[in-house]
Amino acid sequence: MARVEEAGDRDENKEEETSWWSPEAVEGGRGGEGPSGGSRGGGGGGGDGDGGRPDTQPQPPPPPPYSDQVLENVLENVLQFLVCRRDRNAASLVCRSWYRSEAQTRRELFVGNCYAVSPARALRRFCGARALVLKGRPRFADFNLFPLGWGARFSPWISAMASASPWLERVCLKRMTVSDADLAFLARSFPSFCDLTLICCDGFGTPGLAVIAELCRNLRVLDLIENDVEDEDEEVVDWISRFPETTTSLESLSFECVNCPVNFSALEALVARSPSLRRLRVNQNVSLGQLRRLMVRAPHLTHLGTGSFRSGIDEDLNATDLEQAFLASKSLICLSGFREVAPEYLLAVLPVCANLVSLNLSYAVITAEQLKPVMLECHNLRTFWVLDTVGDEGLRTVAKACKNLHELRVFPFEATEDSEGSVSDAGLVAISNGCRKLRSILFFCQRMTNAAVVTMSKNCPDLVVFRLCIMGRHRPDHVTGESMDEGFGAIVMNCKKLTRLAVSGLLTDKVFEYIATYGKLVRTLSVAFAGNTDLSLKYVLEGCHRLQKLEIRDSPFGDAGLLSGIHHYYNMRFLWMSSCKLSLNGCKEVAQRMPNLVVEVIGDRPKDLDSDTVEKLYLYRSLEGPRDDAPPFVSIL
Amino acid sequence: MESYVEDTELRLGLPGSDAPAARGSKRSLPGIDAAEDDSGCGNGGSGSAAKAQVVGWPPIRTYRKNSFQAMKVEAKVEPEASGLFVKVRMDGAPYLRKIDLKVYKGYKELREGLDGMFNCFSQGELSRKEGCNGSEYAITYEDKDGDLMLVGDVPWEMFICACKRLRIMKGSEARGLESRQ
Repeated sequence: MARVEEAGDRDENKEEETSWWSPEAVEGGRGGEGPSGGSRGGGGGGGDGDGGRPDTQPQPPPPPPYSDQVLENVLENVLQFLVCRRDRNAASLVCRSWYRSEAQTRRELFVGNCYAVSPARALRRFCGARALVLKGRPRFADFNLFPLGWGARFSPWISAMASASPWLERVCLKRMTVSDADLAFLARSFPSFCDLTLICCDGFGTPGLAVIAELCRNLRVLDLIENDVEDEDEEVVDWISRFPETTTSLESLSFECVNCPVNFSALEALVARSPSLRRLRVNQNVSLGQLRRLMVRAPHLTHLGTGSFRSGIDEDLNATDLEQAFLASKSLICLSGFREVAPEYLLAVLPVCANLVSLNLSYAVITAEQLKPVMLECHNLRTFWVLDTVGDEGLRTVAKACKNLHELRVFPFEATEDSEGSVSDAGLVAISNGCRKLRSILFFCQRMTNAAVVTMSKNCPDLVVFRLCIMGRHRPDHVTGESMDEGFGAIVMNCKKLTRLAVSGLLTDKVFEYIATYGKLVRTLSVAFAGNTDLSLKYVLEGCHRLQKLEIRDSPFGDAGLLSGIHHYYNMRFLWMSSCKLSLNGCKEVAQRMPNLVVEVIGDRPKDLDSDTVEKLYLYRSLEGPRDDAPPFVSIL
Repeated sequence: MESYVEDTELRLGLPGSDAPAARGSKRSLPGIDAAEDDSGCGNGGSGSAAKAQVVGWPPIRTYRKNSFQAMKVEAKVEPEASGLFVKVRMDGAPYLRKIDLKVYKGYKELREGLDGMFNCFSQGELSRKEGCNGSEYAITYEDKDGDLMLVGDVPWEMFICACKRLRIMKGSEARGLESRQ
């Protein structure tokens, strides 16, 4: 196992750099301070050359052949403060010297499509990376549109990382397949590893979590968010018990999606010996009484996922005791969970409401009346997720109470096309009237009107994300019977900062003309059951210059539309089209004309791939050409 | 957001509205159409008597959908005809697949669906009575108690309620299973 003290070449270079850095060396003799030794950019940890030489006498500038080296060293010391990857990308384009310096100092490697570049190539360039942030499958994979086994495996990345550098500290993955073996390999290969976040991933189970718990001695963050954690029942492992017996460095532990019973006494003991723990999100197998005990152990929590929020069988929970626990948790700013909420206990959270910045009630089946007393106290709420069982009435309360709301998500209790639906245009209008600072909205409903959407576009000009899902396919404005073109048109016209848009309801080519004309900043567009002809696709691909991610399903767009984007696909992360009108020839033509594009045709059955029509198309730019891990139901053109 | 599948009528838009016919909303099933072969798009909306399935619509993750099932039963709300996705593992195949059991009307369609997906039953029908001599593979499932059972024993409706996941295993292993039952 590599040890941190074994300084590689890089560390020696770092020491030299620090000693070279002094303004006199650059400016030629004027007095100045020594190396600042300030904050590291992007979460760098050990090995950053803490040992530099102490302040020395001003030195004469080095002779000309060395000044390039000096400049590069200076540059590295400056660039380490650049954290934002877009800034870094820009800096790397200035000249070769800047490119090299930037590459040396980038600490977080973000790859938005894990197939766009190979691990080897990425790590060759960014040899100093301490954090890996990778995204695999696109969002439509969450809705069973990608067959299992399609790809996006973590294995090649973690193997490459092990060869490149042992300094890995942080991994954040979204929609990738991570096996238990990968997790074990991770835990064994990187002694500084301390931060694991998995979002919407699959492929692993409790055995993998157990190895992480056991071997990552410096673990600070273990956040498992909405993953598909599958365990064969006989293989469930009590991973909570595997954390070391000593005091841990845990700051964040989230396991709401690990849906197996939890060894509560082990969990309680773990919380008790984790003095740095600030974020704890438990699964629904933790009862309310158990939650109270955890809160008592950890009164400094800032983020709490409350599990079931229902008392266990035979559990005699006093509501006052519970309220006391919340009273004592003075630092809470974020609450979630409430998976099986017993509404009679909901008022226990009142003491913390005024401090809450984020509240997730999207699993809480409660009515408007039950929501009201809690909501009215949440003056500082920025983010609110809720279930539509609270109805338009509940939304009116939200509008009244949360003047600073930035993000709202309203999920459906009954996610079918023909359910009754409890929220509607009235609720949307209420929100827009009360929450003028709204930046992001996701709204599921059964009924909507253009007028309501237009009103929101005018009341909430700061909207950056607008996602409206009218669950009935092709459903028009329920008052006028017209299409929803005008409503979405108003959104792109009036919300000038809009970067993400999801459309629904009855829509013609017209709405896409609006989007193309006004939605100049749109980066992500989701389309389902919309449009009349290829013109729609053509508009969007020609007009939306910033478009990066386009996901389309069940819309009548064919080869002509597809080909109209040839000038733009290299600027995009991906295009997904399913159940449209594409033909194999059209897709082949795109593949031929664009050698750096990977064009995948995905079938549910192997013989689908021989058909002339293309059911599922996924195309993306890549430096590596066709991937070699494609399963038999994927054909790369 | 989670995924969800449901049985819907083949009507699109509100009754009485002139919502145009479904464009591109052909049946896109995770498994296969046992009965018909799906040719080009734009085929949908052809008024077949069976209810059309729409995979992944509304775009809600299964995880979230399943969270409310228990509650709906309690509240005596009509449980939605949600899809019933189960994982299918075939011995020797490196990839798991997922299928929706609600798509199939019975064991015959299920076998045909799996055959289409895995190309495993090329030698004609698998007959349980014949003890899997004819084919290389047998279909088994894991029920709610975690027991491994041969597919085909119980009435279909009971099966789809009990089945947690499917496994296509080699005939030799399955024979042992059968004698145990």
